[in-house]
Amino acid sequence: MQATTWQGPNTVKVQDVPEPRILNRHDAIVRITSTAICGSDLHLYDGYIPTMVKGDILGHEFMGEVVETGPDVRNVRPGDRVVVPFPIACGSCWSCRQGLFAACENTNANAWMAEKLFGHAPAGIYGYSHLTGGYPGGQAQFARVPFADVNPLKVPDGMTDEQVLFLSDILPTGYMGAEMCDIQPGDVVAVWGAGPVGQFAIASARMLGAEQIIAIDRFPYRLRMAKERAGADITINYEEQDVLETLRELTGGRGPDKVIEAVGMEAHSPRIEYAYDRAKQAMRIETDRPLALREAIMAVRNGGVVSVIGAFGGFIDKFPIGAVMNRGLTIRAGQCHVQRYMQPLLERIQAGDIDPTFVITHRMPLADAPKGYEIFKHKEDECVKVVLQP
Amino acid sequence: MAIGRTLSRGLGAFSLGLGVAQLVAPRRLLEATGFPTGRPAPLIVRAIGVREIGAAGGLLVQRWPVPFAWMRVAGDAMDIVLAGRGVRARGARRDRATAALGAIVAISAADLVTSVLVTRDAPRQKDEGLGGRKPVRRSITINRTPDEVYAYWRNLDNLPRFMHHLEEVRDQGDGRSHWVAKGPAGTKASWDAEITEDRPGERIAWRAVPGSGIQNWGTVTFARAPGDRGTQVLVELVYEPPAGPIGVAAAKLFGEEPEQQTAGDLRRLKQVLETGEVIVSEAMAGGRTVRQRPARPLKPDEAASLPDVTGGNGHAFDDAPRADGTSAGQPLQATDAHPVGAG
Repeated sequence: MQATTWQGPNTVKVQDVPEPRILNRHDAIVRITSTAICGSDLHLYDGYIPTMVKGDILGHEFMGEVVETGPDVRNVRPGDRVVVPFPIACGSCWSCRQGLFAACENTNANAWMAEKLFGHAPAGIYGYSHLTGGYPGGQAQFARVPFADVNPLKVPDGMTDEQVLFLSDILPTGYMGAEMCDIQPGDVVAVWGAGPVGQFAIASARMLGAEQIIAIDRFPYRLRMAKERAGADITINYEEQDVLETLRELTGGRGPDKVIEAVGMEAHSPRIEYAYDRAKQAMRIETDRPLALREAIMAVRNGGVVSVIGAFGGFIDKFPIGAVMNRGLTIRAGQCHVQRYMQPLLERIQAGDIDPTFVITHRMPLADAPKGYEIFKHKEDECVKVVLQP
Repeated sequence: MAIGRTLSRGLGAFSLGLGVAQLVAPRRLLEATGFPTGRPAPLIVRAIGVREIGAAGGLLVQRWPVPFAWMRVAGDAMDIVLAGRGVRARGARRDRATAALGAIVAISAADLVTSVLVTRDAPRQKDEGLGGRKPVRRSITINRTPDEVYAYWRNLDNLPRFMHHLEEVRDQGDGRSHWVAKGPAGTKASWDAEITEDRPGERIAWRAVPGSGIQNWGTVTFARAPGDRGTQVLVELVYEPPAGPIGVAAAKLFGEEPEQQTAGDLRRLKQVLETGEVIVSEAMAGGRTVRQRPARPLKPDEAASLPDVTGGNGHAFDDAPRADGTSAGQPLQATDAHPVGAG
């Protein structure tokens, strides 16, 4: 089969690889009909996530048709159309029982590796380095899906791939980012990053009743999408305006009640800080550049909530713990517990509360994945989201 | 205990100061103490400075100060001999040099007292009956009752299912069993073991029958975890590796040191008891750890060595209840709080 493989920083290659086979009794094999490139895939592409191995298959946003099931699979059958959530959950451990699927205690087959970096191991993830288990990803023609009874969501008849594909990651991720804010009537919410996840965080904050939403990015076409499609009220281009000053002004000096960080480890800034973090990152004495995170913390009002859904991988410097402690902030974060949100968000899509297809700007065959990575990375051609058809 | 430690810290700081002075300004130090400054005295003083800084590092940083304290005592003996010769040497200012010698003798006494104290207080290495080898300890929480986890472990035939270095364990009845383990490079090792303590739902202890092969012992305890989280399993193992210390070093090189092996064993035990099977990913299938394959589907020859999962019944317990009242054979049911995909 054809699959998108990681060959080293800034190089992916679509290659012929063996087809997956059942390795566990709860596995299913899915023939992939649609898959997407995630912003977090760019961290792998740029070489900032450790434990990648040359030849790893990328991709954790995918859906398709079940073609084979292991002997213990009871809930899905060959022929079922399914969307696959990116964290792999066993459904049986204490964390899964609590709904903390992205913290599953059993599925990270390389838990020993993750424990060294993170203290304890999170769940396995498809195509997202060996730290998260070493599972092949879904930017391919087929994928093995462990615990097929627990993970995939069956797609109701009559819905298109594009309508439901983003239930695999970015729609629930954006939604959880807004949900973690515990939005109250009258809340002002600011969102750093107007990429696909930021767009859905904005749309979700709207669904959850925020009074005013402010989007922050540096690409005018993304800010335009945030305002016209996702539902932001105000946009700030951080290359043109001082974010902290503008937010203070917009909120009468208070700061936004809730802030969502949808940027992650490769943040940009026109300020001198950027050179500082970029240099430390290049020297490998800091793994992540937390520019947006620091700004979000400084911006939020006293006692406010900082919700972190941008992807981070390791360690950061100059973390403003003084602001967090002295002003009584709450920081919430997490890889999304996708399985929790798939069904309710599917119903939201069916009800017309949200149409997630608005983020798609590029559609291309799987064979063009290398081009997809390039234009997504360099934000060429007003790229927001690339969907690949295998 | 505290006095020895305080003294050794103090002497460490003193060593550091003196050592730096000796290294930087040996001639001035010789002048001040009245010793002759001609060659090779400054060179000797510099060398002593290096020694002092080394001892200081040991005393200030090391958790186990004993060897460094005694190193100072040995150094003192050398200094007394050298200073004694210096006092009598030509060009020495006898009054000052004698005072310096006196100071060295006084410090030597302090060093001796400190060394005796820290030696007395040093934690004794426990003799575990296997040349003082440290036991491997590791713990995990499993979402099953203590009785269930105990029952699975007590059926010794199950052990190779999650302990990957074991090939076979045969229960021979009467608490005796025969164990076969995989060693490095395709070697095998076998021994007989006996259960020395067996408390259902609480604890199992075993040890190799002396003279039957590799010496080892182990215990596993099962305790109810707080908050209905199942069972806390604590394993303690001591063993002599098949290829001796070289085997351990070789295993460490490939990431399979005893601690890690035991951690992996317990994770697999948890997987089997909670999900019914050992979970594999393409990158580590076949028990790979440090040297992983790329995360991509296996070639037919790579897959051929893996256990066949498509036949038979792989469940640890088919219908036995979990700590929370469900069973591993049962798929997860959707709940209102957390609707599950295909449920």
